Amino acid sequence: MIESNLPALQIVLPLIAAPLCVLLRRGALAWVIAWSATWATAAISIAILLKVLDSGTISYTFGGWAPPWGIEYRVDPVNAFVLVLVSVIGAIIVPYARRSIGVEIRREQHYLFWAAYLLCLTGLLGVAITGDAFNVFVFLEISSLATYILIACGQDRRALVASYQYLVMGTIGATFIVIGIGLLYLMTGTLNLADMAQRLGDMPLHRPQLAALAFLTVGISLKLALFPLHLWLPNAYAYAPSVSTAFLSATATKVAVYLLLRFSYSVFGQSHVFENVSVEAVILALSVAAIFVASLVAIFQDDVKRMFAYSSVAQIGYITLGISLANQSGLTGGIVHMFNHAVAKGAIFMLLGCVALRIGQPLITQMAGLAKRMPITAAGLVIGGLSLIGVPGTVGFISKWYLVMGAIERGWWWLAALVLISSMLAAVYVWRLIEICYFREPSAELEGVREAPLSMLIPSWVLIVACVYFGLDASATAGTAAIAAQSLLESTR
Amino acid sequence: MIEAGPATALAIPALGALLIAFSGRWPNLRETITLITALALLFFVVRLAPQVLSGERPSVTLFSMLPGLSIAFEVEPLGMLFSLIASSLWIVNSIYSIGYMRSNNEKHQTRFYVCFAIAIACAMGIAFAGNLLTLFLFYEALTISTYPLVAHKGDPATVRSARVYLGILLTTSIVLLLPAIIWTYVIAGTLDFTEGGVIAGLLEGPMVGVLLALFVFGIGKAAVMPVHRWLPAAMVAPTPVSALLHAVAVVKAGVFTITKVIVYIFGIDFLFAQPSSGWLVYAAAFTIITASVVALRQTNLKRLLAYSTVAQLSYIVMATAILKPLSEIGAAIHMVSHAFGKITLFFAAGAIYTASKKTDITQLHGIGWRMPWTMVAFTIGALSMIGVPPTAGFVSKWYILAGSFQADNYVALFTIIASTVLNAAYFLPIVFWAWFAKEDVPPAKPHGEAPATMVVALTITAALTIGFFFFNQTALELESQLVGREK
Repeated sequence: MIESNLPALQIVLPLIAAPLCVLLRRGALAWVIAWSATWATAAISIAILLKVLDSGTISYTFGGWAPPWGIEYRVDPVNAFVLVLVSVIGAIIVPYARRSIGVEIRREQHYLFWAAYLLCLTGLLGVAITGDAFNVFVFLEISSLATYILIACGQDRRALVASYQYLVMGTIGATFIVIGIGLLYLMTGTLNLADMAQRLGDMPLHRPQLAALAFLTVGISLKLALFPLHLWLPNAYAYAPSVSTAFLSATATKVAVYLLLRFSYSVFGQSHVFENVSVEAVILALSVAAIFVASLVAIFQDDVKRMFAYSSVAQIGYITLGISLANQSGLTGGIVHMFNHAVAKGAIFMLLGCVALRIGQPLITQMAGLAKRMPITAAGLVIGGLSLIGVPGTVGFISKWYLVMGAIERGWWWLAALVLISSMLAAVYVWRLIEICYFREPSAELEGVREAPLSMLIPSWVLIVACVYFGLDASATAGTAAIAAQSLLESTR
Repeated sequence: MIEAGPATALAIPALGALLIAFSGRWPNLRETITLITALALLFFVVRLAPQVLSGERPSVTLFSMLPGLSIAFEVEPLGMLFSLIASSLWIVNSIYSIGYMRSNNEKHQTRFYVCFAIAIACAMGIAFAGNLLTLFLFYEALTISTYPLVAHKGDPATVRSARVYLGILLTTSIVLLLPAIIWTYVIAGTLDFTEGGVIAGLLEGPMVGVLLALFVFGIGKAAVMPVHRWLPAAMVAPTPVSALLHAVAVVKAGVFTITKVIVYIFGIDFLFAQPSSGWLVYAAAFTIITASVVALRQTNLKRLLAYSTVAQLSYIVMATAILKPLSEIGAAIHMVSHAFGKITLFFAAGAIYTASKKTDITQLHGIGWRMPWTMVAFTIGALSMIGVPPTAGFVSKWYILAGSFQADNYVALFTIIASTVLNAAYFLPIVFWAWFAKEDVPPAKPHGEAPATMVVALTITAALTIGFFFFNQTALELESQLVGREK
């Protein structure tokens, strides 16, 4: 009974937990609810992934209405992977969050924070799991609205502006997406993604298809912060509470990337659209630009969180680069980097949250001597940073390996070179931080500061250890990503 | 223990590092652990040697890092020799470090010993790596674990130099070596070290030379010009670290990797038949001559030694690049003899600094009579660098020369002769002044030898330098297996 309804529970559980938090109105109780809901959700997603890897795509129909008439949840290796990624990170952050929001968010707002957090999780999981185009839009809006709240909770008053900025751009993006979906509905008469893909494959090329593709690509790119549509991201990440930043950086953009994959491979893969236009070339160029421009900008940031926010824009560039390579290795690299970047960047933002707990949001100069005062935090930052560079033994290396292999298999030596040279830009901004943390005398702010509490260090270090573990033994992550890539490539003509 | 096989060689120093980290509060305990770990490692490595000599290749596959690519270890002759060098010199180096770090009151000594042990673990990983991916993993880990050692002092100038060290090593390895590895994987479908190489027949023409260049310059630790600058920059490190870099692990890891790639990835017969691989001898020869000339102009003793290392490393690269059995043996043996000779020289330089705070070769007039043990050792080390019998340097030079005759490679021949003259020109004056010149200014506080542990250490390495001249049979037997010849 439960087993067959897992796909529904995946969404329903956090969705019900959210209003419960509001009804109880107690921060601590809401935290307990979030705890149980997120960990159960994570367990469900892992069960679903195992099932999908074992017995192939799962189709779940609501209310017994067969697709394409009813709403269908459709889980294949690609979105099973994303579900696990989002829900596991979402679960690991919750125990960490109690102390962190304790200092960063006003006490009476805690239960609201948890409600928004759970809604955001619901939305993100919903986007990933559903097989219905309009459902995608609805869940996207749920997660977006919750995200605006999560960002606006920040202590810094600029958080409000950042949230508003994101709201404006996010709404434009959502509008574009709904226009794109509307056009597709107009053309095909269906909202079921699999059905839509099939019908698009059967019909000749019409201009609205192109328009739909354009609206969807731009709309999704806004959501995933593809350069140059990334402008909302640095401020949002920099001024949001540490918990929100860690959660959003690890999950929100990844789900948008998933949408890009879904639409450009599964939905339009069968159609005749790509015979005339090459979206790949555009995304490729933008990805390379994102990697270089954002890395360069990151080097010159003073605010550490902002620096890593720009780094995120660059890292998203690697993911979209893998997507635009459109071969087995490249696509595997892009998909596995969704996981790898989520783990590494999630850990880094969580550790920055540990620093923020003690001295508030740090400027880079205030991090001086961090290794003396908070050695465990500093060591974690080093490992996370090495992963961003792509040093072997960390997850970042696995992604680079596949991306470079994808580029070489295509014969694009220049691209392989660019990917690797860009790693050195990451080395510059990471090492700038490491030198300051380790070879300076402690700053005035750090005087007399103790190490962060275990409740924050342990979850952060779980991700750091994952960073190393999946860097040394990537057969699980890269293996799943390879299966996902294969299933995506099979769906194209 | 037995199932772990060669991986145990990594586990011992790694465990040591952990214990050292926890015993930081009790210096005596900490240093005892260092010494015990070093002894345990040597014991383990020495026990492997007879197996390898008898033709066995102990191996273990741990887990797959990427689908189809594993972290695997296999002991073969070259790696056996490298691990023997690194593990035996670690003991001597630890004895020396204890004296040096204590008498110079260095800070962060626990960090020093921890990173040192990790670096040794990485060196073992490189030595026993069964495929290129494993080797690359530990190659990078070695770079990163030695960074805190180079930046040990922590003042802005040191941090800047350490940045050069890290920057060059990391950039070359990621931008050049990594694509070379991936390219190899794409064309050969495997990265395992295989006798006779894996590329033969899959790549032809000038691309072979390009791939070789990616490897040679990507392996920045071998310091072939122009990627040698990190080595002089790293001279800011404390002397035991310089010894680690120059003799025990780091540069040896570089030339070891190049040799290993040429022998087991390209295959020497395949590469010899490829005209596009010929440039490597010239590049190495150029490095040898240029670095020797630069060394001639140095007045700082440690910088002089650094450039001498750059030249000596290219001996090994050149010997490998001659691509003849005798020269491959020469390359392997030169790793040993350079290690023994250079560590002696660095120990002597560090002892001089500790006892007298002198760093310049012009200050060393007459110092031989104040520090006789140190300067006798220095003299032996210098003679080995030049290649005078009865020192280790002679043995390896002999083989390299024999190899160049075998290949009719007169460029190599001429380079060796010329550089021998240059070596003599920068080492002999120092030795001469130390013994036969009068002290210019007697020191304000008359000093004698450095602390006993340091003197003991440098005496041991000097004895090894001479000993290897007489007792090199085992090493030669081991390495003749490298090129598949009968004993």
